Amino acid sequence: MKLTHDDVRKVARLARLELEDTEIESLSADLSAILGYIEKLAELGTDNVEPTASVVTMQAALRADAVTNTRNPEKTVANAPATRNHYFVVPRIIE
Amino acid sequence: MRPRPATTTSSCRGLSNNVSGLHLLTIEEAARRLAARETSSLELTEACLSEIERTDGEIGSFLEVTADLARKQAKKADARIAAGKDIAPLTGVPIALKDLFITEGVRTTCASKILHNFVPTYQGTVAGRLADAGAVLVGKANMDEFAMGSSCENSALGRTSNPWNTAYVPGGSSGGSASAVAARQALGSYGTDTGGSIRLPASFCGVVGLKPTYGRVSRYGVIAFASSLDQVGPFATSIRGAAALLGAVAGHDPRDSTSIDTPVPDYTSGLGSDLKGVRVGVPKEYFIEGLEPDVEARVREALAKLEELGAELVQVSLPHTEYAVATYYIVATAEASSNLGRYDGVRFGLRTGEEQGLAAMYGRTRDQGFGDEVKRRIMLGTYALSAGYYDAYYLKAMKVRTLIRRDFIQAFERCDVIASPTGATTAFKFGERSGDPLAMYLTDVLTISTNLAGLPGMSQPCGFDSEGMPVGLQLIGKPLDEQMLFKVGAAFEDATDFHTKIPTSVAA
Repeated sequence: MKLTHDDVRKVARLARLELEDTEIESLSADLSAILGYIEKLAELGTDNVEPTASVVTMQAALRADAVTNTRNPEKTVANAPATRNHYFVVPRIIE
Repeated sequence: MRPRPATTTSSCRGLSNNVSGLHLLTIEEAARRLAARETSSLELTEACLSEIERTDGEIGSFLEVTADLARKQAKKADARIAAGKDIAPLTGVPIALKDLFITEGVRTTCASKILHNFVPTYQGTVAGRLADAGAVLVGKANMDEFAMGSSCENSALGRTSNPWNTAYVPGGSSGGSASAVAARQALGSYGTDTGGSIRLPASFCGVVGLKPTYGRVSRYGVIAFASSLDQVGPFATSIRGAAALLGAVAGHDPRDSTSIDTPVPDYTSGLGSDLKGVRVGVPKEYFIEGLEPDVEARVREALAKLEELGAELVQVSLPHTEYAVATYYIVATAEASSNLGRYDGVRFGLRTGEEQGLAAMYGRTRDQGFGDEVKRRIMLGTYALSAGYYDAYYLKAMKVRTLIRRDFIQAFERCDVIASPTGATTAFKFGERSGDPLAMYLTDVLTISTNLAGLPGMSQPCGFDSEGMPVGLQLIGKPLDEQMLFKVGAAFEDATDFHTKIPTSVAA
């Protein structure tokens, strides 16, 4: 599997990574090599095999539909790069 | 410098030795002396802090040393012991935490620029249970950024060296947690293991490291990498120490719905018996081409020792082993690409490029905040999950994961525990594999299957190579059968002296 620079740019957009041109170059080589290695999985027949998403078989954990956390806006926004009146501030989205 | 009690004058900082010798104690011996009031937690803590001050400039185990907090916690522990009530096995014991455990009020970075200034405003379950038990936190340990790596070279915030020889890597991703224990800067520590990140550095640094069964320890307050694989576990200089550390944090937590709700046994009991009736499976696929001759020799000697102790060696086969690394690098990166979506410069961490609008802020924050390996894995995972490729990669990998799991179920019909090398090699030198991502990924070839199958796995010292670097013996158990690993490990430890060897950098 060979990833072109355009393939890498497309995936980077999906991953919200604004990559430098040099990064696109090296990622295209690295990812192609890694995917080439991963292709060995195609050797295995898996038509009748169930996929494993989790190794623990458990029921969905349920709890009472009640508020368990206390309201603490200072703590909630304490690590935010920009805040105003306990809100997270982001660049303007709607002009 | 704070005044210290007269009894700790022997551990003066800045001297070339650490005369009290308390940093050399195993956890079980420290706990015994604390309970007998032969030593205080403050003395133990000062001995570790003194050793950190003396050696950490060269070794670099820590991203942050929490000396003030440690002294405060040690005094509280001493008061608790003096009152004679509410004493837990770890009360007063100095420990270190990998810097991905959320610690309230103590900076938690995941060794990433994107979290360089993150100070949690809540307590994670592991740190909380340790604080409640009266354990003493001496610092936050270095790691590969977001736990992605096998050498600790991917830390964006510091370099950690192997205490046995500083030209070599400590292994990763929990490299600082392993080196701190090997260098006797803490009596024990905790890390996480997604594909070998506890066992490999334990092997490289010559200490005991255990990855418990998936779900045994809560991950509430553990910064996520790959959620179907991540698990918390301890490092110690002895099997009994590791058992005590696991017991202190294991158990169900309503805040982690993947934590298993079964009782936690006393892992330290019943150790020290012979191995009569124990069937040790030896998987032929784990003695592979590329296994260093010294590693194979030490592990074969260890197997012979287990046999001498009464165990029966059984040949087993894990036929899908060669597909484990490929499976892992789809499953783990897919999960990581989703988990790391939260780092967007809005709620915490680095923010850059906001003057160009929201999309540019996301893209630049993430490009500048994440290191090369993290970006590589986000890209791989995003690609594997993207439209048109899901079936070929992610679904395929989940199916092969089933085959790998079945291998173990079948092998465990014939044995009680599986034994193998932990790493195919001993520690390597800085830069030796960092230029070739695939070569680095293959470092974990003998540890990754355990995570895919959710099984407990442990590494313990079993000798040295011709360069004097430690070799690790890996034991893999049935689900929730950590006790079998400790039983076999303790029998081996009691019959050998590898665990008593310490790096020359450590003050005797």
